Amino acid sequence: MAEPLITREGATPVIQLKGRWTIENLVQLQKESHILRSAEGVPVTLDGAEIQQMDTNGAWLLYQARAALQERGKQVEIRGLPTKFTHLLELVSKRLDQLERPSPPPKQNIFEQIGRALAVQTKDILGLLNFMGEATMAFLRSLANPRRIRWRMLGKILEDTGVKALGIVGLLSFLLGIVIAYQGGVQLMTYGANIFIVELVTITMLRELAPLITAIIIAGRTGSAYTAEIGTMRVTEEIDALQTLGIGPFDLLVLPKVLGLMLALPLLTVFADVLGIFGGMVMASTVLDVSFFDFLQRVPQSVGLTHYVVGIAKAPAFAIIISMVGCYQGFQVSGGADSVGRQTTVSVVQSIFLVIVADAAFSIVFSWMGI
Amino acid sequence: MSHTPTPTPDSDIIIDIKGLKSAFGSVVIHEGLDLQVRRGEIVGIVGGSGTGKTVLLRQITLLTEPAGGSIRLFGEEIVGISQTAANRLRRRFGMMFQQGALFSSLTVGENVAVPLREHTRLPGRLIEEICLLKVLLSGLPADATHKLPKQLSGGMLKRAAVARALALDPALIFLDEPSSGLDPISAASLDDLILQLRESLGLTFVMVSHDLDSLWRITDRVAFLGDKKIVELANMQELSQSSHPLIREYFSNPRARAAKERA
Repeated sequence: MAEPLITREGATPVIQLKGRWTIENLVQLQKESHILRSAEGVPVTLDGAEIQQMDTNGAWLLYQARAALQERGKQVEIRGLPTKFTHLLELVSKRLDQLERPSPPPKQNIFEQIGRALAVQTKDILGLLNFMGEATMAFLRSLANPRRIRWRMLGKILEDTGVKALGIVGLLSFLLGIVIAYQGGVQLMTYGANIFIVELVTITMLRELAPLITAIIIAGRTGSAYTAEIGTMRVTEEIDALQTLGIGPFDLLVLPKVLGLMLALPLLTVFADVLGIFGGMVMASTVLDVSFFDFLQRVPQSVGLTHYVVGIAKAPAFAIIISMVGCYQGFQVSGGADSVGRQTTVSVVQSIFLVIVADAAFSIVFSWMGI
Repeated sequence: MSHTPTPTPDSDIIIDIKGLKSAFGSVVIHEGLDLQVRRGEIVGIVGGSGTGKTVLLRQITLLTEPAGGSIRLFGEEIVGISQTAANRLRRRFGMMFQQGALFSSLTVGENVAVPLREHTRLPGRLIEEICLLKVLLSGLPADATHKLPKQLSGGMLKRAAVARALALDPALIFLDEPSSGLDPISAASLDDLILQLRESLGLTFVMVSHDLDSLWRITDRVAFLGDKKIVELANMQELSQSSHPLIREYFSNPRARAAKERA
């Protein structure tokens, strides 16, 4: 332990304050401050002549001790304190004397938390529906006046979300095709039914996996970018600027994105179909002795066109979900940069969740319809 | 140079820059720049745009490494300083950024607490008390402690940034355009705050500013940047009468003249 900073020598009622009353010694000062608080004497005399250094924290501690003594009805005299430290003490006293302690925000109990979370979620879903409605209206308005559609913007979006995503979508569906052919093929081989690998790979790829994997990749890649782009524009007040310039943010920012993705996602799905089946073919020929020729010859014989159409038909619906959620969450950004990050996370989680829910809904509807 | 600084003892010189050189690629920003700041002074840095005011500030505050020369901060050389020594030095000064740079996910009180939690071992209760004190010292009402930066007005935001800069009781505070984006009343009350802190805590301030009213009112000396170095370091009165062409141009526009008349 370092030198004591607060001491009382023998029977003298004077308390000596010494050393460095700064933030480094604050813990020690606080430990020793009981000497001050329990001091006796009329008046209680504190000798500050030996204080070498004092910052606002030291002054705060001295103020607190004096206040505690005064509360006990003691008179306090501080003597010998160098002038500059007296000024400091006065400054701190002046600020703290006026203080009305702010009450910390009240804690919420569990029911209140659940209720609030529910209200927030409900508002979010209603907001999304409202947003989709507004976007539809904007779309109908621009159909009436097609010159208002931003074609250049649409082209740019097709390039960004479609062409530039080919690599990752292709690679992942190729790998997915390999995995399915291998896992399924091992089972088929034990029955000597190698040729059925064609149905297995083609139908799962066309109907389910290619649309789903494409939508999930695009939700992570493009949905998040939509949110971040619009969110950043909100933080920098660019959206407000557009409005004051008489340009509807829906026309410029939302419609091209939605339309662009509705075109790009089905095309990407076709690409994923091709690469996924190709992956299956590679695996079938190397492990199951089903040659490319046999494989391709069997596809039109045993796999109906409906599987392909059903898969592609789901893609525009997924595109609407991803782009609407992405744009909507972008508009939900408020305040600072941290909000952009938060909404982007929400956007990706929400759109992947909704895509899978929608896929399940499609399965139910198609099974009712018997396709 | 018309102004010859009065000789001061070494211990009173808190910032000592000699022969500073900075460059981005082949573009030289400063060359042979000298500047001395004494303890307890309020020094302004002015100059046209692109003369490297903010670069200079970033170099003194250990954010950017200069290309050459020497900067002594509290008597310690910071060009080529080690990471540990730099971190030790960083606790001794505070910086207020132009936009406040408060952490937007934390309340004002938590913002002030960040350096205290990082650099001291004080118990949580004590840190809260000290944060409250710093918030009050910066002239904010006590209930601002629980507010998020986005709930504050521009003037309050700057005060909150000052409160965070004050957290560790530094002897030296840097201000980057403190009054930018503020209305005249908030700007004047920020000036009051700076003067008051200098008076009561004996702080030294170095500020980059374009606000001529505030320069006239609160600075002791002003360093005029131009031609890649400090053209002149003098008080505003002397500076406004300087014969140097760059400074004459700076002070000859109507806004500068109006500010001088008001001062």
